[in-house]
Amino acid sequence: MKFAVKALSSGKARAGVVHLGSCPSSIETPCLLLSTRKGLPIFISPDLLSSLPSPDSNLLQFSPLHLEVSKRCVNIGQEAGWGDTTPNFDSSEGPSPKTISSIGGLHQMVGLHEYGFAAVARDSIQCLPECGSTNKTGASFETPCGRRLIKPVEYMEMITSMKPNLWATLADEVPAWANNKRNKTSVDRTVKWLDECIARSPAGGAVFGSIVGGSNIEERKRCAQEVAVRNVSGYWIGGFGLGESMEERPSLLNAVTDNLPKDWPRMICGLGLPEEVLQGVAAGVDLFDSAYIYHLTIGGFALTFPLDRTEKIDYNYQLSDQGSDRTKINLRATVYRKDATPIVEDCCCYTCQNHTKAYINHLLNVHEMLAQILLEIHNTHHYLGFFRSIREAIKEGCFEQFQKKFVQSRREHLAADVVSV
Amino acid sequence: MALRFEVLGRFNRARAAQLTLPHFACQTPLFMPVGTQGTIKGLTTDQLEEIGCQIILGNTYHLALRPTSELIDELGGLHKFMNWPRALLTDSGGFQMVSLLHLADITEKGVTFQSPVDGKPMLLTPEESIQIQNRIGADIIMALDDVVRTTITGPRIEEAMYRTLRWVDRCIAAHKRPHDQNLFGIVQGGLDPVLRDICVRGLVDRNLPGYAIGGLAGGEDKDSFWRVVAQCTAALPEDKPRYVMGVGYPLDIVVCSALGADMYDCVYPTRTARFGTALVPEGVLKLKHNAMVNDTRPIDPTCACMVCKNYTRAYIHCLVTKDAMGSQLLSYHNLYYMLQLSRNLHSSIVEGRFPEFVCDFLQKMFPKGDVPEWVCNAMDVAGIDISSCCSS
Ligand SMILES: [Zn+2]
Ligand SMILES: [Zn+2]
Repeated sequence: MKFAVKALSSGKARAGVVHLGSCPSSIETPCLLLSTRKGLPIFISPDLLSSLPSPDSNLLQFSPLHLEVSKRCVNIGQEAGWGDTTPNFDSSEGPSPKTISSIGGLHQMVGLHEYGFAAVARDSIQCLPECGSTNKTGASFETPCGRRLIKPVEYMEMITSMKPNLWATLADEVPAWANNKRNKTSVDRTVKWLDECIARSPAGGAVFGSIVGGSNIEERKRCAQEVAVRNVSGYWIGGFGLGESMEERPSLLNAVTDNLPKDWPRMICGLGLPEEVLQGVAAGVDLFDSAYIYHLTIGGFALTFPLDRTEKIDYNYQLSDQGSDRTKINLRATVYRKDATPIVEDCCCYTCQNHTKAYINHLLNVHEMLAQILLEIHNTHHYLGFFRSIREAIKEGCFEQFQKKFVQSRREHLAADVVSV
Repeated sequence: MALRFEVLGRFNRARAAQLTLPHFACQTPLFMPVGTQGTIKGLTTDQLEEIGCQIILGNTYHLALRPTSELIDELGGLHKFMNWPRALLTDSGGFQMVSLLHLADITEKGVTFQSPVDGKPMLLTPEESIQIQNRIGADIIMALDDVVRTTITGPRIEEAMYRTLRWVDRCIAAHKRPHDQNLFGIVQGGLDPVLRDICVRGLVDRNLPGYAIGGLAGGEDKDSFWRVVAQCTAALPEDKPRYVMGVGYPLDIVVCSALGADMYDCVYPTRTARFGTALVPEGVLKLKHNAMVNDTRPIDPTCACMVCKNYTRAYIHCLVTKDAMGSQLLSYHNLYYMLQLSRNLHSSIVEGRFPEFVCDFLQKMFPKGDVPEWVCNAMDVAGIDISSCCSS
């Protein structure tokens, strides 16, 4: 992996490029990592994935825990509400590390040879940190297959067989309400596991040192400083999106990024909403692993906010538009029943080029899987466009104005909605 | 009549043809995947084109309920609504009512049923079925028939057959778009050769664009099944397409094609995919099975589909029945398998090597030579020598 910062805004936001061995061309940052389940996007099959803009869409998030032994798993049909859900399956296993190795690793196994994989234990959807059960031997996660305790040695066995392009070390993530003592423990453990992971790290594959510390500025700082002196190729910022407020977040993020060297990439998990992504970018974060698209898609929502920066961000929807909150629309709303237009008029994604709101509304009504496929394509495409606007703003040196304008305009419209109701 | 049917090749009773419909020129024999609600579960229309799907079947009953035929009509028809440029076929809605609703009752007027929306009694007449199908706009529409279970015997079968003939006249009279849509009649008559014969003659007299063989694939024994198909295909006109309704097992399709049938439909390939089963030349492969956990082979090493080119059984195993992607990838493979089977039937007939194809197919499915007797009997009637793949 190679990384270089190419442009800085007046603040700390930065635009750069990351180059991964398997990807034919460099990926510009700040960028979005696509969520996957077991290595493939949740609804977009590999042949459809290639319809998304490249190389923007070539970086995928991946949780090695997805391939673990899985018992009593919730099936996705229940999540999305499809009619004929298959019965829950009692016991089933993922392929063993040996099998994954013999297949040739993750890229080979999921058939995505020209994509980059970033492995992180936590995924914000199905694999959430469960700090109460984490102990000094390993990190605990709440998964659909029950609670799982992963030790550094097991984690490294997975990483070694899967061969992701980059991977974050195992972390003890705690929620915002953890006390100082628990915060301190989480930093100590995470740093200790970092050394254990590095000692077992396979050749190839960039190590991203994990940084935790909850809502404690001092612990965040201490963790960043400890990780900064280790031999890593990048940083993974954990412990966000776990109950902290929008207001306290910037100072926590800055406590981390202010203590990191400038020339390595920073990846974060748990920031999803456009405003949250902008907070991360403002603090100098480069890579975003977010469950936002997934939650929109499962909820029947499609992103519609304008992407053109030069245009005044003006959400010119009618107030009676019941399915809209001005950044996204809910395609389940009856107003779209006969709407023969695409989700976004000038969007060039597969969904908007081929299908109408009326059709997607019908698919949602009758619980058909194609609804989620089409929504995930559009939402991913749209959010990649949002990241492109962010990069352009940084390169033009006007990121701070972009952020301010974006947040303000969303706020005004939310206020206008409240007044009109 | 809005179709052309040109036979391109024959082997005894089997035929390969080009069926030119308003939206697509299809090659037969062909399999039609079922897209009940205006979508094939888990696949995009681009993917369906890519794997060579020629006709999609839509269910009138479901579409009339949601989004309603009026809405489909207002938005320009089902082709436009689901963005499918190739051919479509809709059923009459009657079968779905009788099979899905407990309280369906059939009288001379039509099928009475309790609305699943508000519980009120509703009536689907032949006229109404055609009107709905005219609004949906498929290339092929089906006459409303009086459906009875094949396992039923006695006077009810005869009543249903004669009623089907009376209703077909009402369907013909109600059909408003004969220049864009082809109305197919359905042969009924249960397992009774005399009744089937009367029904075929009656329908042929009405000179419809195509004919379907109905009332099968409902649990009757296989020997009765193929005999009805053989009787009907022999009596139906040479220059019109023949569609065996609800048939979708690969073996059944090969047998029916040998007997001179052209079109098939079934939910089986996609439904079985969602439950973790793949169609392979040897029969089926249950991907959920624990033996797949560390199996690094593709689902079918001889399959050229996107899934088999990229994925191992081990990986598919950990997806099936748990992740959406599992059913998407397996449905893709299973439909590819069915459409490839259709193409192989077509080309082997055109190229004069149909018996070789049939033997090869049977050898893979029955490597021990234990080809079921009904298949042997049917192939005998079809004039295909399969002795090389039978052990006895
Ligand atoms: Zn779009
Ligand atoms: Zn295949």
